[in-house]
Amino acid sequence: MINSHDILETINMIDNENLDVRTITMGISLLDCIDSDAERACGKIYDKICRYAGQLVKTGEDISKDYGIPIINERISVTPIAMIAGACPGADPIRYAKALDRAAHTVGVNFIGGYSALVHKGFGPGDYALMRSIPQALSETELVCSSVNIGTTKSGINMDAVDRMGQIVLETAKATADRDCIGAAKLVVFCNAPEDNPFMAGAFHGPGEPDCVINVGVSGPGVVRAALAKAGDCDITAVADIVKKTAFKITRMGQLVAQEASRRLCVPFGIVDLSLAPTPAVGDSVAHILEEMGLERCGAHGTTACLALLNDAVKKGGVMASSHVGGLSGAFIPVTEDAGMIRAAREGALSLTKLEAMTAVCSVGLDMINIPGDTPAEIIAAIIADEAAIGMVNSKTTAVRVIPAIGKKAGEELSFGGLLGGGPIMEVNRYSPEKFIRRGGRIPAPMQSLKN
Amino acid sequence: MHAVITVIGKDMVGILARVSTICAENNVNVVEVTQSILHDLFAMIMMVDISKCSVPFSELSDRLSSLGDEMGLTIHTMHEDIFNSMHHI
Repeated sequence: MINSHDILETINMIDNENLDVRTITMGISLLDCIDSDAERACGKIYDKICRYAGQLVKTGEDISKDYGIPIINERISVTPIAMIAGACPGADPIRYAKALDRAAHTVGVNFIGGYSALVHKGFGPGDYALMRSIPQALSETELVCSSVNIGTTKSGINMDAVDRMGQIVLETAKATADRDCIGAAKLVVFCNAPEDNPFMAGAFHGPGEPDCVINVGVSGPGVVRAALAKAGDCDITAVADIVKKTAFKITRMGQLVAQEASRRLCVPFGIVDLSLAPTPAVGDSVAHILEEMGLERCGAHGTTACLALLNDAVKKGGVMASSHVGGLSGAFIPVTEDAGMIRAAREGALSLTKLEAMTAVCSVGLDMINIPGDTPAEIIAAIIADEAAIGMVNSKTTAVRVIPAIGKKAGEELSFGGLLGGGPIMEVNRYSPEKFIRRGGRIPAPMQSLKN
Repeated sequence: MHAVITVIGKDMVGILARVSTICAENNVNVVEVTQSILHDLFAMIMMVDISKCSVPFSELSDRLSSLGDEMGLTIHTMHEDIFNSMHHI
């Protein structure tokens, strides 16, 4: 017999602490859809996605009902489109974005990721055209997400791509200025992008992945916070243990859902992403976990240390609970998607510089941060370069998803609604990095020894 | 194959009767029942055998949830695997 305490604990986690499976993401390879005729390639892409993912949403709903676990999103990631579009250099890549959007609407998922290019060492066929088309693609489609990988630990940072991406982020925000600049919220610039990430907006299906795969992203910051609150005044060793144990339970649930989805859809199970992904809902905040550890506000001195502990303990607890772990795995710190971060940013407790320090120990990077609309492109590029450098040197994934709030200034707010939330615009350092950014070239890959 | 039905809410006459009636109507055998008081609330846990259930599991779950809504109780119907995997190594 299952212990009744365990049963009630699980139910309490779901009902009161926002425990959920954040996403079941189906990764689909489009390499067999490559065609020198763009129209034909788009037709193949649409057909393949609809064929493979036709039952994805229904299966997610069925599993949710059978196990009583909320499954919030079903999503699709595809092979970086630059690799597909490279076969027809004359064609406008926008048509691929539209084919993805159509397919996503048909199968009923709420996002499709993979309007992407991997340019960490240089531009291949299709890469440059795809990057140039991102602002238009994100403004003319609804469900497509885009990402560009501009650096890795093994190859260094492509500074020409960094320069371009600064401009593209700004142009994307301008192209969707009438919709609170939401385009920029669907664009991620990565260093060390994982090929199996199930979370948007940075999900794509890497070239080393199988034809089709199921990846699951778990969540549950509310559960971790509640467990810490229950423990009261324990020392920090005990805090780490509590986080580990809680992460174990959360991940086991994700593993079960992943295996079940894989079985029902007859698609191999890829990974469980052990992430604490916040939502704007009260009680679903990573910042509140840090505050529960003993900080008055997220952003206070001590935040980086607390986040480092949290991120590490989540991984330690989760790794044993799942047969395959991957993706971004760790604690996310998206400002506009986290009630505690929104409050801390509004009150001035949390600054962009503190967030940058936090990204050195969290799982992703500068995520969902609103910046003033008059921020020059080279400053955005320099923010990307700084963040990529942190990722490159520390052999971890980092990313930048900033939203230039066109026509607005620091202190005003943007509101995206839904999981993307909304929040205050944060000031950036206005001293110019223009000369550095305009130099172009590549930052060489870092030493992997003499670690100091 | 087992499922766990949990009923949480204010105690009242007929909870067990009405939940077990739905089980019986759908050929679901009640294997074990425990009940306790949790934070001043009535909490009943039923382990049921769903291997011969005459309707799809999701339909059983819907019927019990709507009974819960009608009686002002929270009723969850969940496959036992979720508890086994979360709480046992």
